Amino acid sequence: METLLNSQLFLLTLTLGVYLAAVVLRQRFPCALLHPVLVSMAVLIGFLKLTGVDYECYREKTQVIDFLLGLSVVALGYVLHDQIRNIRGNVISIVVSIFVGSVVGILSVVWIARWLGAAPAIVASLEPKSVTTPIALAVSESSGGIPALTSIAVIVVGVFGGIVGPWVLRRIGVESRIAQGLAMGAAAHALGTARAMELGAVEGAISGLAIGLMGVTTAVLIPILERLL
Amino acid sequence: MTGIFLLLFCYLMGCVLSTLMHHFIPGSVLGMLLLFGALSLRWIRPAQVEGVSRFLLRHMMLFFVPVGVGLITSYSLLSHYMVAIIVASLASTVLVIAVVGWVEQRLERRMKHKTSLSKPHDGDPA
Repeated sequence: METLLNSQLFLLTLTLGVYLAAVVLRQRFPCALLHPVLVSMAVLIGFLKLTGVDYECYREKTQVIDFLLGLSVVALGYVLHDQIRNIRGNVISIVVSIFVGSVVGILSVVWIARWLGAAPAIVASLEPKSVTTPIALAVSESSGGIPALTSIAVIVVGVFGGIVGPWVLRRIGVESRIAQGLAMGAAAHALGTARAMELGAVEGAISGLAIGLMGVTTAVLIPILERLL
Repeated sequence: MTGIFLLLFCYLMGCVLSTLMHHFIPGSVLGMLLLFGALSLRWIRPAQVEGVSRFLLRHMMLFFVPVGVGLITSYSLLSHYMVAIIVASLASTVLVIAVVGWVEQRLERRMKHKTSLSKPHDGDPA
């Protein structure tokens, strides 16, 4: 029984099954906190605790999934190419806004977290929090963060950004549809984009583009800013 | 199958480059830039990678699960710094939304202003 529980076949099937069930649950009860990734994580952590299966073992047996995560980052290059035609006349303003947003995002989270006394590994885990998870994980890992914490932070930030984003933008008087979509995608990645889609098609498309641009900019800036800080 | 090969090849080249620059930028991010470059230069046709890319991106959430389960090993560290983590993440998120939206709108208006100076009364409905 124990060897079966520890087998690659079982752990992969279980992970996929739990994930699919979490997706169905979310469709039945649409609530931001029932995010399929959060639910799957909670169920699987419970499973490992109950059965005593070692996390190292679980991680090793599900490595295929990690590999696909890296490959899906590469696939974002296709989306970036697909979206780039949406911005024709606004290339400069978009590049500048994303650059500024990326710097502000990294510096603010680092300073606030340090000020509140967070350990270096925690700070490193939070640096890429505005970026789409696969890129955030890669960055977090290479800068000494804890990938598991990064994945949670990214989801929480996405859920939160999707909810408060339109309100913040209204409060500071941002009416431009491009600016709205850009801000949502830059701060809250795919979850911000989902919300931006509800605002309109232009907002949604620009927001999708912002995810890719923010990801690349942040991935490049974090190692540079880390040397300066 | 061609699509899978092309993505794998970009990923591989990205990892090679990443190793050459001592992992300054992750290999997957470099692979993404290489794929984007190859598509822009028309070395690769979008149709060749569209199917596999859309498949991977549609199921991307699943790929985060095993990493997230790793929380089991850093649970005590996390609960110890809970307040710092939540406050820093949320405050920074609001800042990013405000800064990006504001800067983009400012720049757009400035550029529109410039073009409307050269051809006046263009009817700017902003």
